[in-house]
Amino acid sequence: MQVPAPFEYERATSVDNAIDLLERLGDEARLIAGGHSLLPMMKLRLANLEYVIDINDLHNELGYVRVGTDEVRIGAMTRHRELLESPELAALFPIFADAEQVIADPIVRNRGTIGGSLCQADPSEDLTAVCTTLDASCVIRGRGGERVVTMAEFHRGPYETAVEHGEILTEIRIPVRPHGSSAYAKVERRAGDWAVTSAGAAVWMDGDVITGARVGLAAVGPNTTGIPAISEALQAQAPSEELYARAGAIAAESCSPVTDNRGTADYKRHLADELTRRTLRLSVERIQAGVAGDQGRNG
Amino acid sequence: MTTLDEGVAATPEDLEHADNDQHPVGHGRMLRKEDPRFIRGMGKYVDDLQLKGMLHLAILRSPVAHATIVSIDTTAAQAHPKVKAVITGADLAAQGLAWMPTLSNDVQAVLATDKVRFQGQEVAFVVAEDRYSARDALELIDVEYDILPPVVDVRTALAPDAPVIRTDLEGKTDNHCFDWETGDKAATDAVFARADVVVTEDIVYPRVHPAPMETCGCVADYERVSGQLTLWTTSQAPHAHRTVYALVSGLPEHKIRVIAPDIGGGFGNKVPIYPGYVCAIVASLVIGKPVKWMEDRSENLVSTGFARDYVMRGEIAATKEGKILAIRTHVIADHGAFNGTAAPVKYPAGFFGVFTGSYDLEAAYCSMTAVYTNKAPGGVAYACSFRITEAVYLVERIVDCLAYDLDMDPVELRRKNLIQPEQFPYTSKTGWVYDSGEYERALDLALEMAGYDELRAEQAEKRERGELMGIGVAFFTEAVGAGPRKDMDILGLGMADGSELRIHPTGKAVLRVSCMSQGQGHETTFAQIVAEEIGIPPADIQVINGDTDQTPFGLGTYGSRSTPVSGAAAALVSRKVRDKAQIIASGMLEVSVADLEWQKGSFAVKGDPSRSVTIQDIAMRAHGAGDLPDGVEGGLEAQICYNPENLTYPFGAYICVVDIDPGTAAVKVRRFIAVDDCGTRINPMIIEGQVHGGLTDGVGMALMEMIAFDDEGNCLGGSLMDYLIPTALEVPHWETGHTVTPSPHHPIGAKGVGESATVGSQRAIVNAVVDALKPFGIRHADMPLTPSRVWDAMQGRPTPPI
Repeated sequence: MQVPAPFEYERATSVDNAIDLLERLGDEARLIAGGHSLLPMMKLRLANLEYVIDINDLHNELGYVRVGTDEVRIGAMTRHRELLESPELAALFPIFADAEQVIADPIVRNRGTIGGSLCQADPSEDLTAVCTTLDASCVIRGRGGERVVTMAEFHRGPYETAVEHGEILTEIRIPVRPHGSSAYAKVERRAGDWAVTSAGAAVWMDGDVITGARVGLAAVGPNTTGIPAISEALQAQAPSEELYARAGAIAAESCSPVTDNRGTADYKRHLADELTRRTLRLSVERIQAGVAGDQGRNG
Repeated sequence: MTTLDEGVAATPEDLEHADNDQHPVGHGRMLRKEDPRFIRGMGKYVDDLQLKGMLHLAILRSPVAHATIVSIDTTAAQAHPKVKAVITGADLAAQGLAWMPTLSNDVQAVLATDKVRFQGQEVAFVVAEDRYSARDALELIDVEYDILPPVVDVRTALAPDAPVIRTDLEGKTDNHCFDWETGDKAATDAVFARADVVVTEDIVYPRVHPAPMETCGCVADYERVSGQLTLWTTSQAPHAHRTVYALVSGLPEHKIRVIAPDIGGGFGNKVPIYPGYVCAIVASLVIGKPVKWMEDRSENLVSTGFARDYVMRGEIAATKEGKILAIRTHVIADHGAFNGTAAPVKYPAGFFGVFTGSYDLEAAYCSMTAVYTNKAPGGVAYACSFRITEAVYLVERIVDCLAYDLDMDPVELRRKNLIQPEQFPYTSKTGWVYDSGEYERALDLALEMAGYDELRAEQAEKRERGELMGIGVAFFTEAVGAGPRKDMDILGLGMADGSELRIHPTGKAVLRVSCMSQGQGHETTFAQIVAEEIGIPPADIQVINGDTDQTPFGLGTYGSRSTPVSGAAAALVSRKVRDKAQIIASGMLEVSVADLEWQKGSFAVKGDPSRSVTIQDIAMRAHGAGDLPDGVEGGLEAQICYNPENLTYPFGAYICVVDIDPGTAAVKVRRFIAVDDCGTRINPMIIEGQVHGGLTDGVGMALMEMIAFDDEGNCLGGSLMDYLIPTALEVPHWETGHTVTPSPHHPIGAKGVGESATVGSQRAIVNAVVDALKPFGIRHADMPLTPSRVWDAMQGRPTPPI
């Protein structure tokens, strides 16, 4: 049995209490939400902490999906399973269900949270790509109050985010724009494995013309920031296979994968192209079929 | 209710409608007697054991693959308040215990003294009051290593400038482990020289790991006053382990009791003796308290017995009409840092000699060079029947390569070359005597179940549309049930199995066997074997295994040997008891023995069935008052030791259908048809379970499993996030069927089935993937066929994994 080194355990009762504990306990304290990344690292003794602050009791406070007029707010403690099963998200952003179906396994999804996933900032992590695709922003709270950052600002690199010590990610905000839809695709060696490569796409249209498009990738470079060149290339264009191919080519050029056990750099680059095309195509098909987008809110 | 007719010779199985909850007095479907405790979480595994005063042992392992140990400072660990002992290789060397023999007559370091030879090698151990403190104290041990260049690539291990790993062996100047050959080189070369067609292909079977759910471990309890050592341990071979411990430690064998409690999967991983067991025994001897050692997952994956790791050059010679003439191969075998292969002594390559497969050839030859590398030792495991999975993989792949070159259907090619029923017993060109077989019947059933012709038509249509569909065919012959003592022993211990049956006065029974279940369902199968012979219901028969004080000697469970060897012993000991029962019955019924007729469960007077006594009546009489026939002792029990006359040769025909996503190169196993012939079928449900497990193993090895190393010799498969094991989502609905060709020399005709599906399945999957890639001009691609590696093949550059 793998066992962690000794550590102290605190259980936060509120967001403010968690912030107090972080400040009081210092740099060797870490928040634990679902724990499915942190606990294995502790057991392998890759992460040696003095204090673990358990924020699972904050699920009441931070576990929610709230649909507003022009944005959706997701509490940071919302669990994968809740994202997967949320009818509101399914109606507005099918990318969530696409992604959640291929994130880990039911046991992990029952515990893991969106906030934990984003804060872990693993370069292969799927929800960061989803939130990037959807142009989400993140609400970070500290003693001094709240600040709101974009995903580009939030995700600084592998395992590094804008959340400073003494701060906690409390909410993810996703803008809702009409006539859009989204999709996610992932290639993995086995169900529950980390992505070899993932891609998310979101498209908005006015009639037959694309009015906005975003693509986010995972596992093909140090970060998963969206690719503005794709957004520019698709702007005001009518969707076509040629257009998707152009976007795919940009995705392949824009990423910087490395060869590892999951696949070669060439293959991952190929997947960035292939999956970008697939998710853009599926997003457009969904819009055309009226499957998703803003219907949930308006209907 | 079931409509299955288990007796029909060639039968597709309908598992969804099978009624397993039956109560046969003998062979047939019944639920497993052991499952109520397993499914309620009431199994008792080694790690469940808690003894008074028990201490915990943890092992410090080498972080590097090859290095000289400069110094070890244990001062800080010794000072930990909960630590009872810190032991290094130097401490063991002082007692002459730093090295131990392996199952292949090599030696292996218990704790490294001079240098470390693989990442994860045992360097020191800590014994502490609890497992947390033991782990914490490991971090307080300071080891200084002088890093040496590692030997990682098996192909260059014998290069003149390669660093020498086994400097412990006197006069050793290279990394050569052994050479081995089989077959007739000159005859084979001659056939190759005159053949119309010769196909050569380099085929790699990468290193994989058995990865049982329960890792290895033990509790050693030495009592100083009595001098008795009790070892609860994860062992597939408790008796063999006890004898080895006695020979190595000097403790007398009768003072050692080895108990294997419930075991959570073995697959060969629990055949070797690992340094951890020896460390726990030493610790208990030194401290005088029970000591528990349990590996964690990473330790199991990084340091214990791996499987495969063969780099094979396969060559096949044939006529242009597709008559296979000969197979020739050269193998480079990676044995890691110590040769720990568990195989009969005369078989250093296990049973790889059956690489001629199921085909009637004119000649065959194999030469093998085994080398040491800076990797974990072992080489037994993963349900391979002593390397038969490597052998069958080689032949089934190279036959498909031939089909590719001849542009011939792989079924047609195989059919032209299968050994025919009248040729059995068939002596192969490498000297193996196949006991029985009716190969085409199994192949035909598989083809019919698959709808082979329709599948080929569908494939042709799909290829027109640019879709990638593949159909893989494989035929395999296993050789299991080691083995005849004239040929086979492990460390001098003959591979015969004892069995003891005792009928209690009330007609209940206890069977003691030497083999050891790791989940195979022995408590059920063996009760059924006895029930069939003696007519006592399986529910009334207790099966005891795994305790050397409670069971007769035998070599344990691996290589699918339980049913072929211990199962035969159980059947024969039952017959011996029945013979005695017949004599007692003759006295009870006052007729001669010859006038009695056995009807399962009772003896009746011939011609007068109303006069009969049941086996229960006889048991009471055997133990009760009143006279027994002259010369008959009281009691109703017997013991035998069964020495098999030959191996048994199960076989099967497997067909796999895959679809490959042309955009992502991801492989989906759409269908898998498996027809197995394991001779007489004792409990069809258990057979089906074994087959399902083995087929799933095959998907894992074919598509995702591999213990890889980087250039520094770091193991890249040290967790189940890195070493992937298939889930229900990667496997199709298994379509199974069977034929029945009994073994002529086994008492009940049974052949064993535990590893058949592992031996047969990967090649069907690989053959299917390669078939799907035919439009790309691909003849061969190596496992594991991950999306990335399949994509490489689609780009015209299939790459060996090592």
